[in-house]
Amino acid sequence: MNSSTDKTLQSRRRFLENISRAAGGAALYGIGLGLYSRQATSLPSQSIRPPGVVNESDFLSACVRCGLCVRDCPYDTLKLSSLGDDVALGTPYFDARKIPCEMCEDVPCVKACPTGALDPALDNIDDARMGLAVLIDQEACIAFQGLRCEVCFNVCPLANKAISLNRTHNKRTGKHALIVPVVHSDACTGCGKCEHACILEEAAIKILPIRLAKGELGHHYRLGWQEKQKAGESLVTPDTPHQYNLPEGTSYDYEGEGLISPPENNSRDINDTPFTKSAIDRLNEGVK
Amino acid sequence: MSVSTTSLKVPGLEAVQKKGWLHAHKWLLLRRFSQLSILSVFLIGPIFGTWIVKGNMSSSLTLNVLSLTDPFVFLQSVLSGHVVETTAVVGALIVFGFYVIVGGRVYCSWVCPINIVTDTADWFYRKLNIKSPVHFSKNNRYALLAAILVVTVISGIMVWELVNPVTMLQRELVFTMGFSWAVILAIFIVDAFISRRAWCGRFCPMGAFYSLLGRLSFIRVNALNREACNDCMDCYVVCPEPQVIKPVLKKTDNLNPVILAGNCTNCARCIDVCSEDVFSLGTRTAKL
Repeated sequence: MNSSTDKTLQSRRRFLENISRAAGGAALYGIGLGLYSRQATSLPSQSIRPPGVVNESDFLSACVRCGLCVRDCPYDTLKLSSLGDDVALGTPYFDARKIPCEMCEDVPCVKACPTGALDPALDNIDDARMGLAVLIDQEACIAFQGLRCEVCFNVCPLANKAISLNRTHNKRTGKHALIVPVVHSDACTGCGKCEHACILEEAAIKILPIRLAKGELGHHYRLGWQEKQKAGESLVTPDTPHQYNLPEGTSYDYEGEGLISPPENNSRDINDTPFTKSAIDRLNEGVK
Repeated sequence: MSVSTTSLKVPGLEAVQKKGWLHAHKWLLLRRFSQLSILSVFLIGPIFGTWIVKGNMSSSLTLNVLSLTDPFVFLQSVLSGHVVETTAVVGALIVFGFYVIVGGRVYCSWVCPINIVTDTADWFYRKLNIKSPVHFSKNNRYALLAAILVVTVISGIMVWELVNPVTMLQRELVFTMGFSWAVILAIFIVDAFISRRAWCGRFCPMGAFYSLLGRLSFIRVNALNREACNDCMDCYVVCPEPQVIKPVLKKTDNLNPVILAGNCTNCARCIDVCSEDVFSLGTRTAKL
């Protein structure tokens, strides 16, 4: 009787020992893995995900690293990260400066994905948001030096929508124009053809992850003019015009022009500015 | 341990003398053929441009029709919170069903290329008569598996796929070779010189997963002819999971002669090295 109780106690002790050892081991592995995964999942900003990736963390839960998207990419744009690359192990990415996305109309990479890591709802490549082109260095971009280039604009698959050219005044010469590329985030897919084509040694226009490229207005912000348009009327009592103690025959003008003579009819209409309405014409007038 | 006393002797010598070299290596040769040909069909596409199988062993597409997905990788994706597309669900079910029939760890011994590395490491271990200075519990793999599954749920990403040497080697052999060879070399060194059968038998959580699956397996190794056993111990020396043999070799009529342990890889090396033909492959319901 006594010895059988001893045996039960012994086996119970062994059982508890084994359980606690297993739990301890599992906890140790868990901590190690958890910590390692934090650093192993940071994506370098120059590594661009294929079309149909909305969110990096969702992607890392969905991508099984099979490489079927890589195999079906007709331009060898996509590659799988291998051990030693600083992209999460085995996942597809591309480097726009090396081979950009050619924006295939039938989106073969998304179709090849068996798990839905590349969102199967993406059927129009123009809706892809792989990143956002940013003209990151105006000091190097030769368009900003007053030279004609426009290569990024010309290679852009959505030219005039994703990149347009803006004409501004060349302050250096005082008489020429600067024709500079401007990226529009509502159309840019992040395909990277601009970055690939940029004629500089190091591209002045680069694809950045959207989280880096875009700012975000505080959600509590309301833009007065938009709210006014939505409501159809001003939502606040209009300001009373400021009263200044000014010299006879002058008034204080908005637009920062300082003291001006009031217009002949003495009315303060908002259209009564010393400028023309077109922004580009205004810029072309240069410094007064 | 029985291993140290028999390690100087070449296991299967009697079997070779009795059955001939080819017959005494039949299953080993078939396994190597299986492992290499599976790897080859993945390589035919990238090397010769004819695509029979695309992707890798995590998920693949055969002849543009059959989509297969590894159930362990699939499980990680589901646990990390991804709603997987039907293609991968069906693919994982097919593979799952296949291993339920042929044996869970058939994946380990007939498919996984790391098996060739660890078998070679074990051959070195036996040839050089090394004594492992470090010993890990066979249950260590289950602790690691549990940790992985928990951290996957908590972090919402497939953490093990950030490090998994099994999928890493398969992927890098078929896609771009990074530094996975270094990891494989490390596994070889550990297995051969530091801790015998550490990777496949003590650490690999994929093996642990397939071990659990193997408990359901239909095809199993049995010792129906155990009366003929002459206690030469050769099967114990070559078996990667020798603990599974012991219960079926006891010459007591009422003990089940079928190896039902999930850890058995159905590698059938025991059948090869047995000069008395004690073992054979059969179903889990085989009776004496």
